[in-house]
Amino acid sequence: MFILLGMPVVQIVIFGFALTNEVKNSKIAILDNSKDAATSSLTAQLDASQYFDLEKNLLTYSQVEEEFKKGKIKLAIVFPQHFQEDLQHFNKAQVQLIADAADPNTANQLTNYATAIIMDYQNRITNDRKLPYTISTEMKMLYNPQLKGAFNFVPGVMAMVLLLVCTMMTAITIVKEKELGTMEVILVSPMRPQLVVLAKAVPYLLLSTINIASILLLSVFVLEVPINGSLFLLVFESILFILVSLSLGLLISSRAESQQTAMFISLIGMFLPTIMLSGFMFPVENMPLPLRIVSNIVPAKWYYSIVKSVMIKGLGLSGVFKETLILSGMVIFFLTMAIKRFKIRLA
Amino acid sequence: MLSVEVNNLIKTYGKKKEVKALSDISFSVPQGELFGIIGPDGAGKTSLFRILTTLLLADSGKASVDGFDVVKDYKAIRKRVGYMPGRFSLYQDLSVEENLNFFATIFNTSIKENYDLIKDIYVQIEPFRKRKAGKLSGGMKQKLALSCALIHRPSVLFLDEPTTGVDAVSRKEFWEMLKGLRKEGITILVSTPYMDEAGLCDKVALIQNGKILSIDTPQGIVNNFSKPLMAVKSSKMLHLLKDLEQKEFVENVYPFGEYHHVVMKDKSGEQLLQQFIQRRNDETTVLYDAKPNIEDCFIALMKS
Repeated sequence: MFILLGMPVVQIVIFGFALTNEVKNSKIAILDNSKDAATSSLTAQLDASQYFDLEKNLLTYSQVEEEFKKGKIKLAIVFPQHFQEDLQHFNKAQVQLIADAADPNTANQLTNYATAIIMDYQNRITNDRKLPYTISTEMKMLYNPQLKGAFNFVPGVMAMVLLLVCTMMTAITIVKEKELGTMEVILVSPMRPQLVVLAKAVPYLLLSTINIASILLLSVFVLEVPINGSLFLLVFESILFILVSLSLGLLISSRAESQQTAMFISLIGMFLPTIMLSGFMFPVENMPLPLRIVSNIVPAKWYYSIVKSVMIKGLGLSGVFKETLILSGMVIFFLTMAIKRFKIRLA
Repeated sequence: MLSVEVNNLIKTYGKKKEVKALSDISFSVPQGELFGIIGPDGAGKTSLFRILTTLLLADSGKASVDGFDVVKDYKAIRKRVGYMPGRFSLYQDLSVEENLNFFATIFNTSIKENYDLIKDIYVQIEPFRKRKAGKLSGGMKQKLALSCALIHRPSVLFLDEPTTGVDAVSRKEFWEMLKGLRKEGITILVSTPYMDEAGLCDKVALIQNGKILSIDTPQGIVNNFSKPLMAVKSSKMLHLLKDLEQKEFVENVYPFGEYHHVVMKDKSGEQLLQQFIQRRNDETTVLYDAKPNIEDCFIALMKS
C-alpha cells in the first residue's frame, strides 16, 4: 500500500527536481598559455557561470589529457599564446574547447554553453571598442569525435543487462525453489545449503558472459564503438560486476519468500536506481547532494564509469583502480551477507 | 534401538507465539516400525515432520533421529533420512528419470546402487520415464517422490501425507509399498488425515491440536474403546441426530457414513436406546451393535 501510494510521489520528486539533463556546475580546467587581461577576464566569466566550476589551472598541454583520464573534468579550455595580442592586433583570436565526449550529450551541451559565454564576451568587447573582434572557437571532442550516442549507451546497456540477468534471475530462480517446495527436499540432503545456492548462480554467470560477448561484438561491429582499452581488463571488470549482481541476487533471494517479492525488490531496488543514478541517463554531477551520496552505493554507477573509461577512453587498470576496488568490496560484502543470511532451515 | 525419539516438543508460530502447533509432544519409534501419525488438517503433523527432518527449530524440547540430535547434528540427519513433503516437491520441468538422477546425485549415490530398493515402485512409473514430472497423475507423482526419497537407502523415511489427494487404488498400492519397505528394515513415519489408513500401521499416534491423544497399536486403540456403540439409521436422519443429542444415556452421537453412531454412557444405555427407537413412529429405523474403529476412538478421545 505504501508502495502504491508512495511511488508516484517519490518518482515525481526525483524526476522533477533531481534528474535533469541540464548540465550545471561541471568541472572544467583551463590551460592558459597567454595569461593576459583578456584570458583572465574570460576565465572569470566562465567560472562565474552556473554551468562551470573551475577545477584547475593547467600548465602544459599534456596535462589536459591527463586530467580527462582522471575523469575529474568534463571540459578543458585552451587559450593559445598571445591571445590578447592577437585579438588586439588582428582582431581575431582562437580558443580551443576540448570536451569529454564519452558522454556525448553532456559534451555537446558544455561546448555550447562555453561557446555562448565566449561569444557574449566577444560581443561586449566589440560594442565597447567598436571594433569587429572575432574569437573563433575550435572544438575537439575527445574519445568520441563523431558524438555517437552509442558511446554512451553501450556501457549503460551492459550495466543494465548484466544487472537484470544476474540479480533478478538469480533471485527469482532461488525463490522459485522455495515456492515450489523443492528447496525443502534439497535442504534435507547432504548438500551444503550454501553450495546449493552458489550452484544456482553459476549458470547465470555463464549466461552473462555470453551476454557481454554478444553486446561487445554488436557494439564493435554494428555500432562501431571501439574498444580502446584492453579487452581482457574489460572482461575482467565485467565479471567483477556480474559477481556483484549475483551476490545481490542471492541476498534478495535469502529474504524474499515469493517470486513476486523477489521480482519487485529487484526492479525497484536495482533496476530503477541503475537507470536513474548510474549516470547513464542523467549525469550524476547535477543531482542534489543526497542523491549523489545514494548513487555511490549503486554498483552500476561504478561499473558504468569503468566501462566508459576502459572501452572508450582506453584507460588501464590504474585508471579505474578506485572503481575496481569498490566493486570488489561490494562483492565481498554482499556475498558474505547473502551466505550469512541464507537459512539452513525453513524458518 | 530407537530410530526416532521425541521428548516434550513444543512449537509455536506467530510473533506472540499465539499459534500452538505442537504442545508438549513425546513419543518414540523403534527401528523398522511403520509408525502412523493420524490427525486432521492443522493438527501439527507437518510441523512435527519438519522438526524431525531438521527443517524447523522447536521452541523447546528435544528430538533425535537415529540417535542424532535434530538441532546439533542436523547435517548427519540430513544424510540418512528420506523426506517426502506433503506437497509434490520435485522438479516439475524435469523428466521422471532426470528427477531420480538428480536426487541420486545430490545424495552422492546412483540409481544403480540402490535400484533393488526402489525397483518395485519404479517399474510402475518406468514407462513414463521420459515424461515431465509435472505432467504425471497424482498417484504417479507420489510414486516418483517416494522413489526419490528412497534413492539413497535412508534409515528413516518421513512421509508427510503421502496419500492425500490420491485415488483409492493408488492409496492401497502405496501402502503395499510401505509394507514392502518395512521388510528392508527402514523405519517409516507416515502422517495421514485418513483414519482408515491407521489399521495399516504397526503403531499409530492420534494427534489433535498439537497434542497426542493416544499412542498404541491400531488394535490396542480399538480395544481401549470400552463404551457400548450402536449404529442407527432412519428416514429422518437429522431429526434423529438432534433427538439423540438430548438423551441422557447418550454420551456422544455423530453421523458415520449412512448411519449415526451412538456411544452410550454405559451398558444400560443399549436398552434405553432400543426403547427410544421403538417409541418413535419411524418405521425405517434400523439398529445394530457396531464395532468401533479408529475413527470412533478418535472422536471419543477428542471429546474426553
